[in-house]
Amino acid sequence: MKPETLTTQERIVFELRELYLGYGYRPYKVGKFEEYDLYMRNKKFLASEQVLTFSDTNGKLKALKPDVTLSIIKNAKDDGRSQKLCYTETVYRVPRNAYGFREILQTGLECIGRVDDYAAGEVLMLAARSLERICERYVLDVSDVGVLSGVLAEEPIGDADCARLLSLVGEKNLHGLSVACAEMGVSQITTERLTKLVSACGPLQETLDRVKLLDLPETSREALAGLRRMSDMLASYGGGNVNLDFSVVNDMDYYNGLVFRGFVEGIPAGILAGGRYDNLLLRMGKHGEAIGFAVYLDQLERLASAKPAYQTEALVLYDDQTDPLEIVRATEELRARGVSFRVQREEEPCPTCREIVRLTKERDA
Amino acid sequence: MKRMINIALPKGRLGEKAYALFAHAGYDCPELLEENRKLTFENESAGVRYFWVKPSDVAIYVERGAADIGVAGKDILLEYAPDVYELLDLGIGKCRMCVAGPKDFSDSHTGILRVATKFPAIARRHYAAQSREIDVIRLNGSIELAPILGLSDVIVDIVETGKTLAENGLAVLEEIEPISARLIANKAHYKFKGEEIEALRKMLERAVNA
Repeated sequence: MKPETLTTQERIVFELRELYLGYGYRPYKVGKFEEYDLYMRNKKFLASEQVLTFSDTNGKLKALKPDVTLSIIKNAKDDGRSQKLCYTETVYRVPRNAYGFREILQTGLECIGRVDDYAAGEVLMLAARSLERICERYVLDVSDVGVLSGVLAEEPIGDADCARLLSLVGEKNLHGLSVACAEMGVSQITTERLTKLVSACGPLQETLDRVKLLDLPETSREALAGLRRMSDMLASYGGGNVNLDFSVVNDMDYYNGLVFRGFVEGIPAGILAGGRYDNLLLRMGKHGEAIGFAVYLDQLERLASAKPAYQTEALVLYDDQTDPLEIVRATEELRARGVSFRVQREEEPCPTCREIVRLTKERDA
Repeated sequence: MKRMINIALPKGRLGEKAYALFAHAGYDCPELLEENRKLTFENESAGVRYFWVKPSDVAIYVERGAADIGVAGKDILLEYAPDVYELLDLGIGKCRMCVAGPKDFSDSHTGILRVATKFPAIARRHYAAQSREIDVIRLNGSIELAPILGLSDVIVDIVETGKTLAENGLAVLEEIEPISARLIANKAHYKFKGEEIEALRKMLERAVNA
């Protein structure tokens, strides 16, 4: 197959599938529709709460999938065995600050059952390598929600205040953080810890060394130790552009432990998101642990390296005087040479191409 | 190689004040203030490229990556909730997001409260937190007129000195949030131009505190 036959999106879908299959992730296919109830119960897990719904022939309210993970978890066998799955699916959702539903192609993987250090490290490495396949200049931001939740657990603040502080952390909003902490009566030491954690961001190993020196609660230290093990594993895999950044925050009702987000140069938004979501499993009445990520492929055509999918190399022009058999002979000859071509009437507008084969009267003249 | 930082500034007084801070921080570009038809202004040695945009559009330019960083009022950030980093409070363009209405107004909680505003999301969020049902009346200007003509019971708007309100027999009934201009950054671009953006943020912080 010629490389230009594939669009950037198609090429990446194939390359990522090859990568995931290579590590034993089994392809998994889910249907386009799902019962709306599943999303009603887990609204906060979704990137956007709006869901495209319709009534099925039996009157049941169905939805076009806004998410793949929930369906995979719903159908996962609860037999204590580990499952490694990968998928490429279209989801339907309203992106942030967009006006209306969009069809978004995403690919990703899930590891469900038992997630030990090896399994988590493997997923993190696959996230980094996924980004690397898309663009050499990438950054994978990694955090562990346990670090921040350990710090916040020292304060007698409610869920709403906790969510507000996390949102400010997510914005790297230091001025807002200090004002909010003062308003909530959060202690000086917690305010300082939060400020220092938000400010500490950079290459994983180095930044972990710096954060280690901070005075943090024991639960936060345990989470940092987990990140250190991940860092060591990634180093054994050959490293990568992985940063520690505590501004990666996900909803703690669903996520626990490792969380990460990926960026590539040239695309103005994150294109990979994932993390450890044992809490989601628990909420859905399943046992065990889970980790996974999704890569959003809808923006990949914006990459500078993206080329038009298919460029015609030759143009075969004909008119009323041309014998159709002559066209067939000419095109078969081009095909034998491995040249792509487009046959069209002479008066139609010509696309740009490398070679023109004219089978018209003008040629005879 | 030094990478250029693209900066969206809000047209008008706030943008000019913000530019003064950037210039003071060492990121000047004098032609920016000249009368001309240029749309972008560059200071290659300082590594910055500026452009003026409508104040309410700054957050969109930054969120969508047309600008790496920008200066936006907190009112705009609260209303549109763009997915950006908010790196610094520039301490300029200070005002308050308030609920205002007739001086003697008291919410009897008997019916749906009619709220006129340019900021429907902020109004909705504010009253949802109080479990108060409201009818949002979206206006684009002259918000103060709404309660005077009986179009709404109250308004949600930014108040700088309160003079316009007072002249029209209105008063601040509740303060929602203090507002000022903020330095915002595109999350993805921050990953690849982080050093340059952080250096600029630090210099700006010094200029703000000077």
